[in-house]
Amino acid sequence: MALLQIAEPGMSTAPHQHRLAVGIDLGTTNSLVATVRNSIPEVLTDEEGRSLMPSVVHYLKNGNAQIGYKAQAAQNTDPKNTIVSVKRFMGRGLKDIAYAENLPYDFLDTPGMVQLKTVAGIKSPVEISAEILATLRQQAEDALGDELIGAVITVPAYFDDAQRQATKDAAKLAGLNVLRLLNEPTAAAIAYGLDSASEGIYAVYDLGGGTFDVSILKLTKGVFEVLSTGGDSALGGDDFDHRLFCWIIEQSNLAPLCDIDTSILMVKSREAKELLSSKAETHIDAVLTSGEEVHVTVTAADFTKITQHLVTKTITPTKKALRDAELTVDDVDGVVMVGGATRMPHIRKAVADFFQATPLANIDPDKVVALGAAIQANLLAGNRAAGDDWLLLDVIPLSLGIETMGGLVEKVIPRNSTIPCARAQEFTTFKDGQTALAVHIVQGERELVTDCRSLAKFELRGIPPMAAGAARIRVTYQVDADGLLSVSARELRSGVEASIEVKPSYGLADDQVAQMLQDSFKSADIDMASRALREEQVEAERIVLATESAMDADASLLSDDERKDVFALLENVKHLGSGTDHVAIKAAVDALAHGTEEFAARRMDRSVRIALSGKKLDEI
Amino acid sequence: MQNHFDLFHLPQRFTIDASALDSAYHSVQNQVHPDKFVHASDAEKRVAMQWATRANEAYKTLKSPFKRAAYLCELNGVDLQTELNTAMPVEFLMQQMEWREALDDARSQKNRTELEALDDAIRSARKLALAEIAQLLDTDDFTQAAGLVRQLMFLEKFANEVSNALDALPD
Repeated sequence: MALLQIAEPGMSTAPHQHRLAVGIDLGTTNSLVATVRNSIPEVLTDEEGRSLMPSVVHYLKNGNAQIGYKAQAAQNTDPKNTIVSVKRFMGRGLKDIAYAENLPYDFLDTPGMVQLKTVAGIKSPVEISAEILATLRQQAEDALGDELIGAVITVPAYFDDAQRQATKDAAKLAGLNVLRLLNEPTAAAIAYGLDSASEGIYAVYDLGGGTFDVSILKLTKGVFEVLSTGGDSALGGDDFDHRLFCWIIEQSNLAPLCDIDTSILMVKSREAKELLSSKAETHIDAVLTSGEEVHVTVTAADFTKITQHLVTKTITPTKKALRDAELTVDDVDGVVMVGGATRMPHIRKAVADFFQATPLANIDPDKVVALGAAIQANLLAGNRAAGDDWLLLDVIPLSLGIETMGGLVEKVIPRNSTIPCARAQEFTTFKDGQTALAVHIVQGERELVTDCRSLAKFELRGIPPMAAGAARIRVTYQVDADGLLSVSARELRSGVEASIEVKPSYGLADDQVAQMLQDSFKSADIDMASRALREEQVEAERIVLATESAMDADASLLSDDERKDVFALLENVKHLGSGTDHVAIKAAVDALAHGTEEFAARRMDRSVRIALSGKKLDEI
Repeated sequence: MQNHFDLFHLPQRFTIDASALDSAYHSVQNQVHPDKFVHASDAEKRVAMQWATRANEAYKTLKSPFKRAAYLCELNGVDLQTELNTAMPVEFLMQQMEWREALDDARSQKNRTELEALDDAIRSARKLALAEIAQLLDTDDFTQAAGLVRQLMFLEKFANEVSNALDALPD
């Protein structure tokens, strides 16, 4: 058994020590956590050796929650409080949720994102997902014997800003440092790409429990470049279950069912679907709470027929993704199948027929995403040597636009733009003395605002009062490497930075997340103040180490005076870091960050010039 | 601030070596991408994001022949925006009107064949325009080139509409 190198929590690790990072596949049906151990990516198992953990949370009267298999066991006895497929509710409003009437949950149509009334109180999908993530985190820390420095969490490539932000909030709530939100098809490509070390164009067809993604990637020496991505964030294996469920009801002429019976039959439908992947027929036998008996025989042919329209629904975005990449089926060198739902034979056939090729499915479709995430987490954690790494260039899946006159959308950042990306626009005021401006940001491809997803209304305040039309306000939309949008604005004449208040349409503002965090700490009896202090100290140590090593390498880029300034700021951080005033530490850390921004820019400039001129540092 | 060509250490002209561009882009991103700065200080992270964004913008511009041509004109002092206010050649406008009518008809009739034919026609027109622009830019005739680039802008916009119409068709 290999020796685990244990680093003391919070201590900066020496360069050669292994930093513990994991990849988490937060799936609709099942979640997994994986890591790279002894250079091998592996999925971590629970105390009973199981790799998959059902993404199910069961709330109890005493306010506690059961997660995973234990929760799943309660599905048929307490459906209302057993939340299944919570991923389908992340960043979604009630009207977005398909067949919500068939679900046993007590939904609250809160503006932006639904909430669920449970016996343990009102829960948001973010909190429910956080329970799942926290359980995986604990599992990982127990298995690896130490705290994690971070995790890569996967999301469907087709997730919009609201869904991504909700995922990141859930991770924060679960105490995870998110190294990167990684698109699921890209994660799968990493798992396959490094395995077979092939160059070319690959399509990743990812059908999960609740989401469908298709990505077209170009793999060249050490570079994974996503050319285009498409999908349907409300289409997955669950919909096949639901179709079968409806068919059973039709066949048996059943009256409207109560929650428990719905749950029983949905579970049977799922089991039948899975069995039909390898058997020609199966029987569904159930006794309902009314005493009524259900006995139905389903053949694979029946199932194929009643769900064929769903399969076709996946081919449409696939064609579009190819068109967006300006490629045809002939250009594709390989197809990768991801997600448990791709085990269905008629799916495999449809994909093989479309691409005229046998899809690759040799890595377990349930595990491939988590494994890819773990491999990326390992890289981002810094466990690989420079030169032994790769570049991941991903894209934003949906266009970002702003609302203009008449409820129309003006596209600002087109879909499939490589991230990070930005765009600037200039606005002006229309009234004399106007000091604020509102910008409504939406995401989607349609022309009308009402047909797109409302992301947020940004209010720019603090514009210096001027005559109407005199102000020149430059608004910059920045999409980061996680695919998340942030907005900044500046009045050009005065140089005043407008302050931006974000009113997220999906309902969780920064202060709400902060409140949820506070509440969760209180309930866990953790001392907020000492936690805050520790976090600031860790941050201070990190920035000191980073700055000192930067100075060791490139102090020559600074003048004598500039060097003196940086050392003074460093000393300040070190001095305060050993104290107990976390507010002062943060201030000193911020000051050091500001004071070294110019230095960072020069270093970047130099490293780019060197890379392009192909010379090594010591040759200059 | 460096222009896109300087950023990638490429000569400032229309004809470029596509693989040199790709290689330079990858080299830059390998140095500046936010993934390389996950544990860096906030300052470095900010700078990394700005640089990676810049590199993506530069690559997008230089990779597309149309965008590259427009960019070169602008670099050489020809403001394409003001050029848009001047008149276009009559034959060009007539062709645009014909195509527009064809698009509207094909769209309302959901006629895939017609839309694909239109798509092909526009592709050919773009290719021709680009070939002419290439020649003009190679001889530093930026003003003439700008005129054609404006026409190409209309073609690009129109091509987008045709593409959207194709997307909107039921499969």
